[in-house]
Amino acid sequence: MTKAGIDLQLGFETALQNLGLGAGAAHALWMPLPMLLLIIAATLGVMVMTWLERKISAAAQQRIGPNMAGPQGVLIPIADGIKLLTKEDVLPILADPVLFTLGPILVFLPVFLCYLVVPFGQNLLISNIAIGVFFLIATSSVQPIGLLMSGYGSNNKYSLLGGLRAAAQSISYELPLALSVLAVVLMSNGLDTVGIVEQQSGLGILSWNVWRQPIGFVIFLISALAETERIPFDLPEAEEELVAGYQTEYSGMKFALFYLGSYANLLLASLIAAVLYLGGWSFVVPVETIAALAGIPLDNPFLQIGAAALGIVMTMVKAFIFIFLAILLRWTLPRVRIDQLLDLGWKFLLPVSFVNLLLTAALKLAFPTFFGG
Amino acid sequence: MFVLSGYEYLLVFLILCSLLPVLALGASALLAPKRRGSLRRSTYESGMEPFGQAWIQFNIRYYMFALVFVIFDVETVFLYPWAVAFHRLGLLAFVEALIFIAILVVGLVYAWRKGALEWS
Repeated sequence: MTKAGIDLQLGFETALQNLGLGAGAAHALWMPLPMLLLIIAATLGVMVMTWLERKISAAAQQRIGPNMAGPQGVLIPIADGIKLLTKEDVLPILADPVLFTLGPILVFLPVFLCYLVVPFGQNLLISNIAIGVFFLIATSSVQPIGLLMSGYGSNNKYSLLGGLRAAAQSISYELPLALSVLAVVLMSNGLDTVGIVEQQSGLGILSWNVWRQPIGFVIFLISALAETERIPFDLPEAEEELVAGYQTEYSGMKFALFYLGSYANLLLASLIAAVLYLGGWSFVVPVETIAALAGIPLDNPFLQIGAAALGIVMTMVKAFIFIFLAILLRWTLPRVRIDQLLDLGWKFLLPVSFVNLLLTAALKLAFPTFFGG
Repeated sequence: MFVLSGYEYLLVFLILCSLLPVLALGASALLAPKRRGSLRRSTYESGMEPFGQAWIQFNIRYYMFALVFVIFDVETVFLYPWAVAFHRLGLLAFVEALIFIAILVVGLVYAWRKGALEWS
């Protein structure tokens, strides 16, 4: 069976082997390239998001927002980065130095590690490991440990409360999140992210999972908002009561790690929502149909490059719809109380996600062709 | 070389990602100013004199939620292989999952009635 879509890895490694390198050396040279590209892309994405956050917040409050650094203030994220890089890194005298330093790293690292399985096209992901979404869920579970570490290690009352709240919130919403993902897994018969997107192909926008998983989609969105600690679920950093929560004692680069981690997490959650429910890289009309209508053969190299580019653009467009939604929600909803937060997670979302899972399984038994066979 | 193909990327990616915070913190250690002063490193408490430490007893309710979480998280992990293999197992697997989730829900109801999920 021939694979659709372009295969950059094969092309690169054959080109290197033609230059006289061994197969192993070519593979070793190739491996870090997409990773570095992805890390740079994710960092750039975070920069765009911080600018968007400021601009959209400003628009929501009828202000102009940043407008001095570059045209429309687009250079403000770079100014931010330089500022944070040159700020003093204060280590409180009462704090535990090891926990205090490890905390932000453990919050930051899992988020970036999760980008391993985010697909931007048929072969445009670092590694299509078979456990895909399970890897996502498992890796993101490491984050609460980092939150607890930084909260406890700071030896500050605000930090301790913020860290505890963050961990409680994170674990409470992990269950509905995992269960809503499970319903998608049920339909695609596999855990790999590419398989989940391919299962949604065929009829374009009509075959996207959002139509078959409306309840799961809403559960996923709410849980993802809570996992990323966005308003209305930003209790760990509730500035009126906890100053800045677990981030209170942090400054300089360690604070920047939290900052980068939280925005990279929002970007990741949006990308995952796009992959799980909005058909990932697929266009509203299947590319195959367009090619057939235009009379272009599917193995045409220009068509393949065009389709890959369109796939990346579609993934990003879908992700940024969710990011836009999250930023608008920030200025629309008030913050919930901690008892409301836990009630919503445990007494509403958890039972509903169990029902959603069983409903999906029952529907799959009744209409196997419609729910992924 | 690798029994599970694709996971060598995970290893390389983990190393690359781990270098990021090391590089960031190293760069800031070189660039950032270092000032000394006794009050500079004191704990922040909204401008008041810090009153005692924060390493004290905290609310047990966080612990209760963590305990309930562990149970349900393990159950969710058990459901993953079931979901992957469901298309081959058919009706019997559905009934089994129904029983499994029913037992889970009994546990949830018990925790709920006992007040483990109450905050106040």
